[in-house]
Amino acid sequence: MLIFVIRRIGTMALTMLVVSILLFLLLELQPGNVAIKVLGPYSSEEQRTLWLEANGYFEPVYQRYLNWLLNFVTGDFGDSVRFKVPVGEILWPRLANTGILAVATLAVVVPISLLLGVLAGMREGSKLDRTISVGSIITTSIPEFASAPLLGAIFVFWLGWLPGTSGMIDGFDLTQLILPVMVLALYDFGYVTRMTRASMAEVMMTHYIRTAVLKGLPYRVVIMKHALRNALIAPFTVIMLQINWLLSGVIVVEFFFAYKGFGALLLEASLNQDIFMIEACAMVAVFVAVATQTLADLGYTYLNPRIRFS
Amino acid sequence: MAVDVQDVPRRESALLRALKGIALIRESAVGVIGLAIIVFWVLVALLADVIAPFPPNQNYLPLATPFTPTLDGTGMFWLGTDLQGRDILSRIIHGSRKVLMLAPLATFCAYAVGIPMGLAAGYKRGWVDDVLSFLSNVILSFPILVLYVIIIATIGSSALNILLAVTFASAPGIMRIVRGLVLDLRNREYVFAAETRGEPSWRIMLIEILPNARGPLIVDACLRVGYVIITIGVLGFLGLGLPPPDPDWGGMINEFRVMAMSFPHMTVFPCLAISSLVLGFNLLADGLREVSLRD
Repeated sequence: MLIFVIRRIGTMALTMLVVSILLFLLLELQPGNVAIKVLGPYSSEEQRTLWLEANGYFEPVYQRYLNWLLNFVTGDFGDSVRFKVPVGEILWPRLANTGILAVATLAVVVPISLLLGVLAGMREGSKLDRTISVGSIITTSIPEFASAPLLGAIFVFWLGWLPGTSGMIDGFDLTQLILPVMVLALYDFGYVTRMTRASMAEVMMTHYIRTAVLKGLPYRVVIMKHALRNALIAPFTVIMLQINWLLSGVIVVEFFFAYKGFGALLLEASLNQDIFMIEACAMVAVFVAVATQTLADLGYTYLNPRIRFS
Repeated sequence: MAVDVQDVPRRESALLRALKGIALIRESAVGVIGLAIIVFWVLVALLADVIAPFPPNQNYLPLATPFTPTLDGTGMFWLGTDLQGRDILSRIIHGSRKVLMLAPLATFCAYAVGIPMGLAAGYKRGWVDDVLSFLSNVILSFPILVLYVIIIATIGSSALNILLAVTFASAPGIMRIVRGLVLDLRNREYVFAAETRGEPSWRIMLIEILPNARGPLIVDACLRVGYVIITIGVLGFLGLGLPPPDPDWGGMINEFRVMAMSFPHMTVFPCLAISSLVLGFNLLADGLREVSLRD
């Protein structure tokens, strides 16, 4: 088990390393472009050369990459071109805001989708199963950027129940969190439901469930004591991987509802060519994604004794 | 005991078999609905010039709500007009063209890259597999939209760049699926037979293995077209999509998103259009899966 953990973490580090190389090649390969992004399009050739000289951009590429990586690992992401302050000062509070959004979304998605998935998978092919399955296909077909205006139109324009933006200008306001969470949850729960359903349906086909039913156990006991424990292993992984999707979703939702989070920051940085901010945001996003994937793998292995002991 | 050649039924032509395969979808109600939605939008896109009541970029009455008659009373803005007075229905009709051309094309390109990668990884194994699998894991570890935003913001937004970005981001996933299928198929007897005959490996991969992996790939392609439609839409929505003024559904939502809460008709209808098209592909994929599992 320990060797497995070490290997997974090694793979994770290697992945991050390759991602950093890709990012570096995409954004910093040509020093001239970096200078234009930092100093603006109206800077003179001389200014750019001076800046490049001062920041070590005339060194060979691998040397520059190593310096860049060293700074990155030590938490020095450079200064934001747009905000003129160190990237970290802007990034960390924004990331915390997105964390709130993500936790709230998962708190809604996980119970609902597990419940629906188990109900659907319990009796495969039943009316309830078909309804839940088709329902989850429909909700996953409405992308976040479409459900946001749709739900906005319903709850803000027609019903007038909720605020239409989530800028949190006057401090934290729970009502402003409802619409973003609703949009994210609506898109995400369908997938987890379908995966839970598939896992549950598979377990229901096994011999030990048939034995449990045939020896006359009440159906409720069969489900609660025998089926659920095995059926919920796969959804655990799916939920962890869902965080990767959530990171995509928050870009759309935060942009639409003007929520001051990480996704909106990444988008603004990209649109404004705020190069060091893009790099930091991208690395953080990939780190979160890879870390949750690794946790999902480790958790899956831990939960499933058939893998753990082989 | 010689088998009489006459008794062996002749294999039907490939086209006929393909048509029969498509006809199987009628056994799944969900699949038929999905196919109907897709056919509907394809017809709309083909006939856009005929059925659109107004030219898509022409300015009329600004901010008309749905069912507003035109000033001269001869026509009707069925879905209203936007801030610049352009007819929303006509823009949706014309916008279907872009998405229906670009999404399948981008999916096709992703497959054209992903399939050879998956075949090579699954059939050759060894270091080829290790390298390709690791690279695809790296790309798949990006939250997908983060990847798109960074790529498009850096290389600029055009139809070609969207195509490239979709290929780059989707090929690894396709490779993974193909690889999995190949790992299963490479131990079949007909593959061993081909190897014994001394067929070159490219021939075994393309002629022996790939056609037998088509079932799951077709289902996946349907789902993937849906994802690509979402991708094109979301890029338009984030302001990274195709350049204006020609209508593009995601772009239409983006243009008036700040007014979505006060004049919802400008954004609601493009939202419905894009959701219905994605739904069509998702339902078709579900139907195909159901039908293919049945026999």
